[in-house]
Amino acid sequence: MLRFIVRRLLQALIALFVLSVLLFAWLRSLPGGVVSALLGERGTPESAAKLRAQLGLDDPIPVQYWRFLERAVQGDFGVSNGVYRGQPALDVFTQRFPATIELSFFAILIALTFAIPLGYFAARRRGGVLDTGSVVFSLVGVAVPVFFLAYVLKYLFAVRWGLLPPSGRQTVGINATHITNFYVLDALMTREWDAAWDALKHLVLPALALSSIPFAVVFRITRAAVIDVMDEDYVRTARAKGLTARTIRGRHIMRNALIPVVTIVGLQIGALLAGAVLTEKVFAFQGIGQALAIGFELRDYPVLQVLIMMAALIYIVVNLLVDIAYAVIDPRVRL
Amino acid sequence: MTNPGPAPDLTPGVPTPSTTGATTDPTPDARRHGALGALADRKKKRIDALAEAGTISSEEGVSLWQSAWRRLRRDPVFLIGAVIVLLFVLVAILAPWLAPHDPRARDLIGQVTPATPIPEPQPGYPLGGDNAGRDMLSRLIVGSRQTLIVGVLATLGGLAGGLVLGTLAGGISGWVDTIVMRIVDVMLSIPSLLMAFSIAALFARPSQWTVILAIAIIQIPIFARLLRGSMMAQRHSDHVLAARALGVRRPAIVFRHMLPNSLGPVIVQGTLVLAVSIIDAAALSFLGLGNPDDSIPEWGQMLGKAQTFFNTYPHIAVYPALCIIVVALGFTLMGESLREALDPKSRR
Repeated sequence: MLRFIVRRLLQALIALFVLSVLLFAWLRSLPGGVVSALLGERGTPESAAKLRAQLGLDDPIPVQYWRFLERAVQGDFGVSNGVYRGQPALDVFTQRFPATIELSFFAILIALTFAIPLGYFAARRRGGVLDTGSVVFSLVGVAVPVFFLAYVLKYLFAVRWGLLPPSGRQTVGINATHITNFYVLDALMTREWDAAWDALKHLVLPALALSSIPFAVVFRITRAAVIDVMDEDYVRTARAKGLTARTIRGRHIMRNALIPVVTIVGLQIGALLAGAVLTEKVFAFQGIGQALAIGFELRDYPVLQVLIMMAALIYIVVNLLVDIAYAVIDPRVRL
Repeated sequence: MTNPGPAPDLTPGVPTPSTTGATTDPTPDARRHGALGALADRKKKRIDALAEAGTISSEEGVSLWQSAWRRLRRDPVFLIGAVIVLLFVLVAILAPWLAPHDPRARDLIGQVTPATPIPEPQPGYPLGGDNAGRDMLSRLIVGSRQTLIVGVLATLGGLAGGLVLGTLAGGISGWVDTIVMRIVDVMLSIPSLLMAFSIAALFARPSQWTVILAIAIIQIPIFARLLRGSMMAQRHSDHVLAARALGVRRPAIVFRHMLPNSLGPVIVQGTLVLAVSIIDAAALSFLGLGNPDDSIPEWGQMLGKAQTFFNTYPHIAVYPALCIIVVALGFTLMGESLREALDPKSRR
């Protein structure tokens, strides 16, 4: 077990190293280079030369890379020039990260609550109406662009019927205390029930749109896994022993069928982060996704650099944790 | 992805169900004959599998592609997908003759006012116009061509890159394999759409080509892994051993004996990737990283640009979106049923 964790940690470290090289290369090859990216349109040849010297862009590449690493470790990524003009780029991440976690958490929650039972029942009645219907539904779900789904939900539920708020994380001007920047959690902790309800209402539509990404995948994996497991000898044995349907379902089928689902949820984190860029833009939801969308639009490279690195870092760490969790559940993986 | 190479998976006794499938018919024979029939059916299948395994590579046997085609011909999922794809390609080819108006002509510009930015449907213009007074229907029809080009070129680009890396890794192995696969794994460790956004942001002047390039690059690691896996599986198979024993040189073994056998999964993946590329191109346009020049329409671009009107005139976003959804669905249905037909595990 320990050897497995150490090996997996080493792999993650190598991935991080290559990632930092890629990010460095990305920064170096930005249109016009870092200098014009930082100066924008205000740059003159003199100020550009001064900044070049300041940033040490005339030094050898390995030296520059080392300096880039040093600053990255210290959290110094430069100053935002678009999303939060004048603020350190890292602040954009720290201030907005809770919002995206909140959103992704609810999106995964929605996806799992519907996809796992649906996958189970579809597999049990294979070829039936429910099965065919939900398979077709999941295929269509993959084909719909996330941001289009987000717009449709927003148009119907917010613009047309006015049931839910169309944008933002909380109604402007509402009396709410923010401690952790997880708005729902904050309001629950301070017992501001109306603020919690308000934040929750703002979450419904974006989370629903975002959940379409993991939903289709989780549904199909669950269905396939249940079909596989139901043919296993141990399920037949359990049935022959006369165990109740409930025990068979809980202890024998689902426990084994959910193992691949765990891995897939880990892998979906990346797709969720990319989906958050699109969904948060539609709903003006102030998370890191919206910051990325604005960053791409305004070419706010310092902010983009932090957010892309953090997104990849989160993805690597989550998958490391998922792999370790996986090894705990399923001893075969450790081999 | 399973490898539909020449050695089918032989799991004796247990009827191996397809795990990826959309709508596989669970043994029609079994249903007809009841329980006893099911038993006999199972036995028959075991022999069939054995027989197939024996004849699969010989001349008289049914080849993988033949048996796949035999099943696809009657698969409604495949047929629906194929019809959609065929129609899409036909429209794309015939677009200039099908479109009633010039997609660039601002015929309805007189009706575009600050109060009504979108011309309504009217005789000769059944879907109305866009915010520049151009005919919506013509733009959709002509847009199919550019959409197809983006999808096909992005997929081919990803395939070409993946082919180089995958063949290097799977064909040469050793330290080349280790290095190539490390790079591929890191590329896979970055959320792919996020990587496409980042690549597209590198270009000061976005165009159709930067979109294609960005989407092609994110497909490279997927194709590379796929090809490498398929080649690794073949390395110890009999036909490669035989070729090596005959003294066939390594490049010839890789290109003539291993690569053709890896085509199945590549084609399946290519079909699925085509759908994803079209959707991803729309996402790039939505973030302002797409082609800003809209004189030659493309569905993803039309959808991306319609965002400002969504709350007031949703229909101008809905038309290109529906086109994208239907076409992506067509490619997905085709890819999924192909995958199943080529999977030796689900063969009946």
